[in-house]
Formats: sequence, structure tokens, C-alpha cells
Amino acid sequence: MAKNAKATAVTAPKPSLAKRVRNMSDTNLLLTITITVFVLMYLSAILFLGSGFLKPQMFLNILNENAALIILSCAMSLVMITGGIDISVGTMTALVCMSCAVHLDYKGGNVFTALLIALAIGVGYGLVQGYLVAYLNIQPFIVSLAGMFFAKGATTIVNATQFNVENAQFQALKSKRIYVPGLGSTNKHGIYIPAYVEIGVIVALLVVIGLFVFLRWTKMGRSFYAVGGNAANASLLGINVKLTKFTAHMMCSVIASIGGFVYFMHVGSGSPSHAAGAEMNAIASSIIGGTMLSGGVGNIAGTFFGVLSLSTIKNIVSALGFDEAWWTNITVAAMLCLFLVIQSIVLKRKTNK
Amino acid sequence: MTQKVSTKKSGSFLETVVALTRKQFFIPIAALTILVLFNLIMDPSFFAIKLGTNSNGDPVLSGYLITILNNASELVILAIGMTLVTSASGGQDISVGSTIAIAGSVILRILCNRPITVANMLFAFLVAAIVSMIFGAFNGVLVAYFKIQPMIATLILFTAGRSIAAWINNNTLPVINDPTFAYFGNFIPGIPVPTPFFIAAICVIIITLVLKFTTLGLYSQAVGINPSSSRLNGIDPAKVKLITYIILGLCVAVVGLIKVSRISTINYSVVAKDIEMDAILAVALGGNSLGGGKFNMASSIMGAYIIQFLTTTLFKFKVESTALPAYKAIVVIILVVLSAPVVREKMSAFWKKVTSKSAKEAA
Amino acid sequence: MENDVLLQLNGICKYFPGVRALHNVDFTLRSGEIHALMGENGAGKSTLIKVLTGVYTKDEGKVRIEGKEANIKSPQDAQNVGISTVYQEIALCPNLTVAENMFIGRGKGKITNWKKMNARTTELLTSLGIPATATQQLGSCSIAVQQMVAIARAVDMECKVLILDEPTSSLDENEVAKLFKLMRDLKAKGVGIIFVTHFLDQVYEVCDRITVLRDGQLVGEYVIQDLPRVQLVSKMLGKEFDEMSDIKTVDPEAEDIKVGTPVIECTGLQSDAGIKPFDFKIWKGEVNGFTGLLGSGRSECVRSIFGADKVIAGEVKIDGKPIKIKKPLDAMKAGIGYLPEDRKLDGIVYDLSVKDNIILAYQVMKGWNHPISKAKAEEFAQKYIELLEIKTASSETPIGQLSGGNQQKCILARWLLTDPKYLILDEPTRGIDIGTKVEIQKLALKLAKEEGKSVTFISSELDEMIRTCSRLIVMRDRKVVGELNESELTQNKIMETIAGGES
Repeated sequence: MAKNAKATAVTAPKPSLAKRVRNMSDTNLLLTITITVFVLMYLSAILFLGSGFLKPQMFLNILNENAALIILSCAMSLVMITGGIDISVGTMTALVCMSCAVHLDYKGGNVFTALLIALAIGVGYGLVQGYLVAYLNIQPFIVSLAGMFFAKGATTIVNATQFNVENAQFQALKSKRIYVPGLGSTNKHGIYIPAYVEIGVIVALLVVIGLFVFLRWTKMGRSFYAVGGNAANASLLGINVKLTKFTAHMMCSVIASIGGFVYFMHVGSGSPSHAAGAEMNAIASSIIGGTMLSGGVGNIAGTFFGVLSLSTIKNIVSALGFDEAWWTNITVAAMLCLFLVIQSIVLKRKTNK
Repeated sequence: MTQKVSTKKSGSFLETVVALTRKQFFIPIAALTILVLFNLIMDPSFFAIKLGTNSNGDPVLSGYLITILNNASELVILAIGMTLVTSASGGQDISVGSTIAIAGSVILRILCNRPITVANMLFAFLVAAIVSMIFGAFNGVLVAYFKIQPMIATLILFTAGRSIAAWINNNTLPVINDPTFAYFGNFIPGIPVPTPFFIAAICVIIITLVLKFTTLGLYSQAVGINPSSSRLNGIDPAKVKLITYIILGLCVAVVGLIKVSRISTINYSVVAKDIEMDAILAVALGGNSLGGGKFNMASSIMGAYIIQFLTTTLFKFKVESTALPAYKAIVVIILVVLSAPVVREKMSAFWKKVTSKSAKEAA
Repeated sequence: MENDVLLQLNGICKYFPGVRALHNVDFTLRSGEIHALMGENGAGKSTLIKVLTGVYTKDEGKVRIEGKEANIKSPQDAQNVGISTVYQEIALCPNLTVAENMFIGRGKGKITNWKKMNARTTELLTSLGIPATATQQLGSCSIAVQQMVAIARAVDMECKVLILDEPTSSLDENEVAKLFKLMRDLKAKGVGIIFVTHFLDQVYEVCDRITVLRDGQLVGEYVIQDLPRVQLVSKMLGKEFDEMSDIKTVDPEAEDIKVGTPVIECTGLQSDAGIKPFDFKIWKGEVNGFTGLLGSGRSECVRSIFGADKVIAGEVKIDGKPIKIKKPLDAMKAGIGYLPEDRKLDGIVYDLSVKDNIILAYQVMKGWNHPISKAKAEEFAQKYIELLEIKTASSETPIGQLSGGNQQKCILARWLLTDPKYLILDEPTRGIDIGTKVEIQKLALKLAKEEGKSVTFISSELDEMIRTCSRLIVMRDRKVVGELNESELTQNKIMETIAGGES
């Protein structure tokens, strides 16, 4: 630490909080902002909106409701860190749900093969989008815009109407609850209600941890940051930029397809309108979580908190009495806008000083 | 007919730029030819135009070609704004569908409590235009001053737009029963050509005049190609970008008017659904780079008609409207792959190989 | 030292559309030598290095490393065969930490060991005396530190061949001394070093051999003792040397220029680009210049006069009248023209036609609602294409398809069309062929003498400055450190002033 201070003193003579912020990496700076915002938000919700927010199950329900979104957002963060974007994840989720639903109920398949179908869709998307972006150098936004519309149309080609899945094996999986010891509460009648999470939450947490480790400790994970920071220089440093971008898109699509399956387990039906706008929520969560649009900066932990912040604010908005459907969208958009502007300002300041 | 009008008018302005981009017309013309041939072979009656009367006894033209001319109008108007935005900011505005819902909602909100007079309709449109331009400016400020990528910046309104539209009318669906309001989206009695076509033509003429009598075209291209150099030549790149987004906002208001007039009401979640995709596609199909810079307005407008041609053809062959996006997505992918510099380079290298080989063989 | 050949290039050719960047170039590097690669801008040094590092693929020729033919197709390949490179521009990732930048993209294994990496980095940073910490984000370091980090990375790679492509332009004297010590250490270990630089002193200080390139062709390879400076310069410049030496005739009226009110007078001008406040004057019909090393702030000075950077202090008077210049348009309206340093980035509008590029500034001055008619624009374009002998297929050709020199002439035409009182030419001759260089120098003198314009000329090449300017403002470390008049304009005197008069 002493060495640290001595060394930096040469480049910046004024030691202060501002300096410490400046020396922080962009990733950590934005992560700090995110976690602070989340904690403040949750605390103020507890203070002003009553004890509902204090119950552990309330918090766990946020996880239950958002397990799929957490996974989709993590997938989104991966490509965003490499400087890309993938807006096809939302409609791809709908395609996964519909394909699995049709497979289970109309084709008499089992849950395992349904999962395989979901993964196959992910791999297919990863191959095409990854190739187009990485090897043909086409803007990721355009590629995934086409991917988004393709999935949208393809979902209705698979089946045009909504229906609930009745496959018994699937129902068992869907309704499986995993009890969390020590977090339960007693209700009015003095009966202990254990707190629970769905299977999807476990999957989501595994994905978060897995990707966190991947991005932090593997060479490929670090190449994601390098490529996002400056692709031309990363290439000069000996990184295979094309392969890195391809891997990012591949991982994004495959993980998103897992997210799609988790979504499917949560809702238990197939519908063309499933996960509508999920890509926006995923992008918003990533950005709120401190992933920079321009690439090279971001953290999976931040994304996780981004999802939590987003759903907490939705809960707050509806607890305040704005429970018409449109308020949710407007809140998400406002939040996205706010954090985009924060990013733009924070980083501009930092580079200027 | 419309193609003729647009290419001719814009042609005179574009000649300054066009000498080299003439081949830009190749993509749209090739696409059009394929579509026309396909329909000719499958069912020549596609091209039949009939003069009939509608339920009010007024003469109207009908037929697939008229449908195309009619339904492409919104797309043509949007393509104008989208081309400028693409050129100056190197990205696209994906919020147009949502902001059309807002514009339409504003018009209905104003008209539903007032008598339908020309003055009131004009007032409603003006308010909608101002609101749309404000939303356009919002996008523009994020892009130009906060330097956020256009597609992400416009994502905000893409997400919130339809909700804002619903909120403006308190989630009710006001219906305007006066038939004069329906003139904008349908037929004016006595004129057998659908009104939206004329509105689109007027927009085309206006933008042609604007491009001829201002330096907007030169500025937006210069800014799109090299913002730093533009600044050193006295152009304010941020301002130019902002202006293009405001112009797109105006285009959106016009489209909003046509959309609500067509059905005399609005459905927030469905109106102009996926139109942003078609508008972007029109720009790309016109052979304009989606990365910004040089543009050819006439070519974009032609692109818009071709998209509608494709949509109508797909409808005719009984493709479900919900499945349309899948087919269009494939068209987009083929287009962007063909226009990707990497692919072009490879193709030209391949051609060189083939031609040199055949030359050798000939020798 | 003669015995083991480390790297051998034979008959390397590289073509770009319409340009022959390298033609039949041979190059030999022996182990344990420092080999200078010299040539003017555009001679092909950078291209040769990029071929060697796999950024470009060569069109013809062979690369042998220790006798074995190497097929280098990407920077990874180059690293794998033992070539590491430090580029002139920082080629690192600013969003990663210092340690990561040192280790990313090299070594085996799939896992990053942060502890080991940070420890090794700290060790390296200390041993090289680089003022940075391993865990610091690279972007928060100064440019010089970043460059040292790049050097540390290259050195740590245990390479056989080390390429240093103008690494010293952002370093100060102490850092350069450190670098030279490092180079000598490596040389002792048998590493072959290719050193590209513009500073002749540095060449003669550390190098063993010199290879000179000109116009993409090999001029020759020389042992340093056999090639005195004057000869080196003439080899680099070629036979046109004599022609260039006498474009300026001594003007007996030169002393009379500096009378009356200056056309431009700046006092205490300072911009946010980090230059110290400076004063500046120029009179009608005068050609003066800013000189100093790259990064000494000469471009920033003229940019602040033009309003290209944000002015934070000081005032500007034009013909004695004070004027507020907030943005380039204000300067343009006041009769100032600015040909920017970076032609590609700040000058040309790549895809637009020659004609649109020429009329751009004039059009902007006329205002957005007064477009220049097609006929008028064509007339202007033709006039300048003829006047400046711009070689282009037509006025509709996109400017990007022209050669560097012709692009520069178009930008010059753009400013001549606005008929400025005061024209700033920032590195107008960089990277263009010698013929065009001379034309541009002559034009600058002609504008001043015959049309009574004031011209500020900036160039990295001292003799070019001496030939064109009658007065030089010398800069060091972003500060004006001296002013030299006609009689004092000699290479030595200028060098002394730049260096700070210590020698």
C-alpha cells in the first residue's frame, strides 16, 4: 500500500477521494455505484413503504420472478463487454418456450429432450450471429435485430396461440420448491411458512457465479474485456479478436437459451408474447449494473444487482399505487435513461481530469 | 409512378453526389425485378387494377398495386427521416413505432372532445408534430450531446413509447366517428387514389426542396463520414445530428396522423408495430450504408416501396402476418451479408480469380 | 557480431490499391545489434514493420527467422516466433490494469493467475523505474507511462527480435536514457533490435547499423561509423536534396514585414488541451512557424488560435481589433484558415467527392440556407484542380481514392477558396511525396509574397522549416521557449533552443 501511494504520487500529486475514484478501474467504479443505488433503494423501500419489503420471502420472490431475467442479463453483459449487443434474447426466449411446449405436449417429448431443443436453438443462434458479427464484421445490432424478428416470426410458425403445458414430468419440475432454512416466517395463525426459491433461481445463481469466475480468471474472459476496450490494440497484443467475439456471441446465445428454459419452467406455457421486451430489461439491467455500452467495462455481479434494482424499483412503483401496466415500462425506460446519462457523465469527468 | 416522381425529382438534386452512387440503384432495382418477375410467373392478376366504388359510392381504385402504393406511404415518409438520421449519426432510430403511437394518441386526445373541423384537425396535427419533434429531440440530445449509440439511446423510447401513448389517453381507445377525419388514411370522395399516397408524395417533394435549397444533405453526410473534420470546417456536428432527429420526429407525426386516420382510432400495442424494422430495411435496401455517411434519398424511398411490395406479395401467398418478421429477417440478413465489406472483398477477389482463369484458358 | 543472422527479409513487396508501399525490400538483422530503420515519412518503414508483425500480409517475398522461413499472418504468429513490438501509438487496452496489459495475449494456459501476474509486474515496474502500480487501470496513467508499460511488456516477452517503432516521441530525456540502457542490456543478451526514430541524435547514440528506405525501396544498409549525418540525410531525401535547398531566395525586404499592426495578435492564449499561455504575432505577408518536438504543443497552439480546442484564457486581435473565437466558424469568419495536422482524421471527408471537399469550408461560411449551386461548385473545383494540379479522375471522384499529396492539395484548395487573411498549415507535407512537398512549400511562400497573406507553417522536418519560414517560435513541454529570427535560423541554433540550450 505504501508503495502504491508512493508510485501514484508521481503521477497525481493531490491525494483525495476524487483521486481514489480516479484510480479505481471503470468496472469497479460503476459496480460501486450500482450496489450503492440498490442498497439505498431497498432501504428506502423498507423505510417508507412498510415492512413488506422486510420479509425474506419478498426478496426471494424477486429472485423467483426474475431468475430468467438474471440469466438473460448475464448473457447480454457478456456480449456488451466485448463491445457488442444482442437484442434477440427476448424473442428467442419466446421461441424456446413455444418449441419446448409444443415438443412436450403435442409431440410427447420429455423434459430432457426439451432442454436439448432449447440448447440447440441457442447454439444455432450463436453460430449464425457469432459468425456474422465476428467474421463478416456486420454490426451486432443489425444482426441481432434480424435475429429478434426471425424468432418473433418463427415462434408463431411453430404455434400461433398460447397454451399451457400439461406434461406431468414438467409440472413436477415446475412446481418444485427449494426451501431456504432459517428465512421462513410465521403468519397470523401462527403457522410457520418456510421461505422457498424455484429451481430457476439455483440455475441463475450458478450462471452468475460461473460467469463471474469465467470473466475474472480465465484468459478468454479477460480477452472479452481487452476486445471491448480496444479491438485493434487487443489484436496487436496477440489476442484472436474474431474468435473472442464469436465466443462471446456463442456463449450469449447458449446462456440465453438456458434463460429461456428457466423462463419456460417459471411460466409453464408457450406463447408468442412471452418475454416481450425482455431484451430491453436485460440491456437496462446490464447498464444499471455498470456494463458500458462502448464495451470493455462491466461485471456480472453488477448485472445481478442491476436486475435486483430494476425489479425493486418496479415493486416500489406499484407499491406507490401506480399499478397500471404502462408505468412499469416507463419506469424501466426512465431508469435506463438515468444510468446512461450517469455513465456518460461519470466517465467524461474521469477522462477530463 | 411514384418511383418515377421520386427518382426524377431527387435525381436533379442528387446529381452532385450521384455520379458514383448510380450503381447504388442496382440493389433496389434488382430486388424489384425479382419481385415483379416472381409475381408475373405465379399469378399475373397481381398487377390488375380495377376501378370500383366503395361503400359510400365514391369511385376508388383497387388491386394489389394500389394496396402497395397506399400502404407504403407511411414507410416512405419514415424512410426520409431514417435516411437522414442514419447518414448523420451512423445509427438508426428504433423508437419510431412507439413514437408513432404517441403522435396518434395526441391527435386522438385533442380531437375526441372537439368538433371535427379543419382548424381543429390542423391544431391536433400541429400539437402532435411538436410533441413528436420533442421526442425526436430527446433522442437527438442523447445521441449528439451524451454520445450514446443511437440504437441504445432510442431504446428508451422504444420501451416506454407505447406506454406513454396509452397514458396520454388514460388507456382508453377514443374513436372519431366523423368521416372527414378518415380522409387522411383512406380516400377523399371523388378521388380514386388513396390519400396517403398524396401525403407521401408531398413529403417527398418537401424533402427534395429542402435538400436542394439547404446544405442539410452535405452537412449530414460530412458529419456522418468525419465529424472531427466537419467541426474544423465550421459545422457543429451535434447540432446537425439533433436536427436530423427532429426531422425524423416530424415524419413520425405525419405517419401518426395517417395511422389513426386509417382506422379512426388507435391500438397502442399494435399500431405501427415493427415499422422500425421496415424503415431500417428500406434504408439498407436503398443501398445506403447503415454505418452512416453518404446517402441517396431517392434510393431509400424506392427501398420503402419494395419492402411494401414484398409484404403484399407475402400476404397474397397467405403468409400469416405474425410470421412475416421471420421472412423479412432473412431478407435483412441476406442484404447485410451481401453489402458487408468483407464479403464484397471476397467476392471481388473470387471474380478476379474466375476471370483471370478464364482469360488464361482462352489464351 | 557479423556471424549469426537473426532475421532476414528478402524481396518484400506490399501493394495497396493504387500505391506501391514496398517494392523488393531486403533487410537483415543480426543478433546482438541495434539496427536503425530510417526514411522519411511515407518511405515504407511503418509498412515494413507491419508486415513483420503480421498486421499486414506481404504480397511477395520471404521472411526467415534464424534461417527458417516464417509465415507471419497475425500479431499472434509474430509473438510466437519471437518478435515483439512497441508501436508509436499506444497499442494497449486502456480499460485493463497495468498488469493485465503486460500479460494478456501471451503465455500458455487458460487461467489468469492474478497474484503471480501482479507480483511479476510490480517487480518489472520497479526495476525499470516506471511510476505506476500493477493494479492501476492503464487509462489513468500518463501517455509516457503507458508507453513505458508497452516497452516493459515487449522486453519481458523474452523475444529474439524487438521492434521499437518511434517509441521515444512521447518520452522525456530521463525516460529515453532508461530505454537506451535497457536496449543495450538486451543487446548484450543477443536480442536483435529494430529501432525506428526521427531523431538523428538517438540513432547515432545507440545504433550499430542503419538501413535506409525511400519511396518504398531499399536505399542501402550501412555500418554507422561509415555514414556521417549529412550523408544519411541525403540518402533519406534522395537526389532532390539540391532542388529543395534553393526554393527560398533571401528577401532583402524581409525586415520591413514586421511593421504596423499585426494581422493576428494573441496574448496569453491558453486552451484546454494543456498548453501554457502563449503570445503570438504575425504580420501581413509573413511566413512564420512553430517548431518543437512531437507533442511539444505546437499543434495545440495553432488549434487554440483557430478555436479548434476550447480556449480558456487570453485574447486574440485581428488587425488590432479584439475578437472572440469560440468555435472554428468564428475563426473562419474572421479570415483564418486551418489545414489540420492529421489529414485523415481531421482533414478529408473520405467518401465525399473532391468537389464537395473543396467547397466545404466556403459553403459553411455562406450558411446553411445558401447552398452553392452545382455549376458554381464545379467551377470552383475545376479552378483549383487546375491551379494546384490536383491529379484526380474528375471532380466527382471520392477524395479517399486520391493519393496523400493530392488529398492534401484538396484541403489546401478548400482553404484558399475561403480567401483567408491568415492561413495555418499544420504539417502540410507529412506523408506525401517529395515533389508535392516542394510544391506546397513554394505555394506557402507565394501566398505570402504575392497575395500578402500571413502563413504559419508547421513541420517536423527542420530543414523544411528553415527553408520556408522567416521566423520560428520554438516550443518545449507545451510552452513557448524562444523565438528565432531569420538570421538565427540554422539547424544547430534551432536544435539548441529546442533542447533547452544545455549543450
